[in-house]
Amino acid sequence: MIVNRRSFIKTGGAAVAGTMVLPPLLKSCQNIQISPDVKSYLDHFEVTPEILQKVIAEAMSKGGDYADLFFEHKISNTLALEDGKVNRAYSNVDYGMGVRVLKGDQTGFAYTETTSLKDMLKVAKTAASIASDPVTFNPGEILEKAPADYYKISRKWETVSVEDKVPYVQKLNDRVHELDEKVTKVSVSLADETSYVLFYNSEGRLTYDYRPLASFRVRSVMEKDGQIENGASARSYRKGFEWLGDDLIEEIAQEAVDNTNILFGATKPIAGEMPVVLGAGGSGILLHEAMGHAFEADFNRKETSIFSDKLGKSVSKDFINIIEDGTMENNRGSINIDDEGNDVKKTYLVKDGVLESYIHDRISANYYGVEPTGNGRRQSFRNVPLPRMRITYMEPGPHSRDDIIQNVDYGVYVDNFSNGQVNIGAGDFTFFVKSGYLIESGKLTQPIKDINIIGNGPQALADITMAAGDYKTDNGTWMCGKGGQSVPVSMGLPTVLVKKLTVGGKSA
Amino acid sequence: MTKDEKYSIAKWAMAHALKSGAQGASVSISNNNSSRIEVRDEKIDKLEESSRNSMRIALYVDKKYSSISTNRLSNKEELGRFIEEAIAGAKYLSEDEFRTLPDPELYYQGGGKDLKTFDRDFATIDPQQKIKYAFDLEKEVLGKDDRIISVSTTYSDGMSGSVMVTSNGFEGDTENTYYSLVASVSVKSGDARPQGHWWESSIYHKNLIKTGIGHMALKHALDKLGQEKIKSGKMPMIVENRLAGQTLQPLISALNGYAIQQKNSFLIDKEGEKIGSDLLTLVDDPFILSGRGSRLFDREGLATKKRNIIEAGVLKSYFIDTYYGKKLEMKPTSGDTTNLLFQPGENDLEGLIASIDRGIYVTGINGGNSNGTTGDFSYGIEGFLVENGKLTQPVSEMNITGNFKELWNNLVAVGNDVYTGSSWRIPSLVFDKVDFSGI
Repeated sequence: MIVNRRSFIKTGGAAVAGTMVLPPLLKSCQNIQISPDVKSYLDHFEVTPEILQKVIAEAMSKGGDYADLFFEHKISNTLALEDGKVNRAYSNVDYGMGVRVLKGDQTGFAYTETTSLKDMLKVAKTAASIASDPVTFNPGEILEKAPADYYKISRKWETVSVEDKVPYVQKLNDRVHELDEKVTKVSVSLADETSYVLFYNSEGRLTYDYRPLASFRVRSVMEKDGQIENGASARSYRKGFEWLGDDLIEEIAQEAVDNTNILFGATKPIAGEMPVVLGAGGSGILLHEAMGHAFEADFNRKETSIFSDKLGKSVSKDFINIIEDGTMENNRGSINIDDEGNDVKKTYLVKDGVLESYIHDRISANYYGVEPTGNGRRQSFRNVPLPRMRITYMEPGPHSRDDIIQNVDYGVYVDNFSNGQVNIGAGDFTFFVKSGYLIESGKLTQPIKDINIIGNGPQALADITMAAGDYKTDNGTWMCGKGGQSVPVSMGLPTVLVKKLTVGGKSA
Repeated sequence: MTKDEKYSIAKWAMAHALKSGAQGASVSISNNNSSRIEVRDEKIDKLEESSRNSMRIALYVDKKYSSISTNRLSNKEELGRFIEEAIAGAKYLSEDEFRTLPDPELYYQGGGKDLKTFDRDFATIDPQQKIKYAFDLEKEVLGKDDRIISVSTTYSDGMSGSVMVTSNGFEGDTENTYYSLVASVSVKSGDARPQGHWWESSIYHKNLIKTGIGHMALKHALDKLGQEKIKSGKMPMIVENRLAGQTLQPLISALNGYAIQQKNSFLIDKEGEKIGSDLLTLVDDPFILSGRGSRLFDREGLATKKRNIIEAGVLKSYFIDTYYGKKLEMKPTSGDTTNLLFQPGENDLEGLIASIDRGIYVTGINGGNSNGTTGDFSYGIEGFLVENGKLTQPVSEMNITGNFKELWNNLVAVGNDVYTGSSWRIPSLVFDKVDFSGI
């Protein structure tokens, strides 16, 4: 079905005015059908197909190769408890649209916080100026694309009042106090976020997404014989209000208490290189920092990553498969479309030990001549998309957890982390261990706390000598930062052994 | 948005909140405009322009507290509804006797001097000139060394203006500008592709250092070639002035009222006590002309004061805001730093290095964290091995681990090379007996 622009604008405009009276599936060669779903997003942002086309034409008017419009409306709420009372509420509304224009791999970008035609044309003109050969651009047929549905929810956060949420926050506080009499202070926060996203590009793709995100966090402070320690726990999903309940509260409360309790008898290991056993779950931070960022194709395109010439080469033992996925049900890192309007995929980064794919956005996928992997993400309409991770994990391996621990004479077992970082070019990555255990003669012995572990990405990947079958996804409140932009991610890992990493600690 | 427009909306919102059931309100509105030009491969890689508004309203409703913010300022009907809904929602919260607006006696009363934080020339800088600055930096580096694999240079600038009004009598506004130039250079030798960065920034366009930044970034990248990990051990650590703020941050966080009241501080009840070596003297001075942290009032509207935070290792003052002041029964001092001045020493960096027999000069921190409650820390680092007063070997992939209480007691020398490009003005620092983990 090819419709020339002139007839589209006429019928498209008419269709918008009359959409409500047309049956949604009516097809006509003369008429571009806008589904009620996409129509509701156009209405949400007070735009019409005709307006989108005017703005994209302005964006392309200087001879850009490609342009896209990203609309976003985000409503966030946080309810917090301190010193026993739910006594503060925060709400934020953020609204606007960004225009991006590409010329080769050059980018022009500007945004506006209104969606008036005048303001949108103004920022489109600014973004257009990355190119410099005036042309007349005729927007083609509108190609509506329904998004995937990776996060079904039953009760939207927008319909939930403060009154509805207060009891859950209070209950988590009370449960932590109940679990251990050493607890002297508890703080709790419940954050929910709802984003409406509308996307349109110069290739005609028109798509949208509804993104819920909820996080429930607790921190407990305990005192024992004058020593004070604090530990935390959190869960986060793309789920609705139905997510809150007693089981969740019990899980988070118990974990916070355990994470605090372990610190009282904890020591520090002897500083230096040693075997590190990474427990299943949050240890996925190893993949995120040691490999994930260095696999992001923008760094590789610029040849600044330590993995820049490793594509197609063996990078690890052949039982290792590492995946970048944006499709896991209700996962914090999942997205129905990426922020460049692309379908989201599950991609093998490492398959049977061989580096199979980088993590792509549109610019890098073009550069490498591959299909986009759905990893183009942005913090908000104020930012340009970059290749970003979503859920990064390793498939289960052939060994057992017990075998792995028994294999270590002196080393550390770590399973609770707060943060990590990587120098892309040098390949040095780090992650900070909140707590774990010493391994002595094949057994977990004394608890350890507050140590940094540092390694080199390619070396660490090659040094993963064992992986167990106990894979676990970590559903904590992970945020990933890059180029000044933060996006929600998650990660997972089975128990693995890294032969040698440098562990912070005391001098021998 | 002009200042008058901001005041007008802020006062309207405050009046609406009071009319809708709040007994107190504080409203601030800010807007900022910025531009950013990144150059790579002799082309503009990214051209970004930004114009942003935001409004925050703190509501005090029947001893309950709620705070809302939005960037949608143009529709009063919608804004009014947002305020009304927040007031309605606040009813379901618990009362919080400590939550009040500040004591009006502590507010900034006006009449302060011009702190020179705003460049009137901001709007007149030619966009083509901005682009040229970034290209000029790139030219400093391109073709200067065969091992260069990537050069990226960025010009950015911005201006922001904000106003704040409160229902118990505060009114104030601020204006700021900044300009910055950054260069990043990657070089390759073997598998490693180390990156060097350098940057300059200023409040006034005429004061921005516009040359030499590319050279410095290239030098930093080349200096990292051949990085190795060395044997673990306890030795002195010199921290480069631009990084020293990262070692000071956990100490300042531990002095914050929130951290103390929530027992997330390793410096509870330490006022008047020795918490560091005699060389540790910190002054918070809000009134430095063109200081990055200069301001006449803080985010609550409290008048800022010059005050001693730590004198020769003795803690003199915490950072206490109104809310945590009430909870702790302490007088509010302001919850934020302004310009935090570290008293410099006699030696330059070279002199500090020359004084070390064997130690590590740290030029980069890679991840790591600290435990606010206990002061325990562990960070990844890179830098140079110092032997007999000379830099002998670039090192990387190592950790430093310890406790901040001990670390600050082990501060043994302070440089005279204060870095003034940040609101925290700190020289290079030397700490003794630091645990490094390597091989």
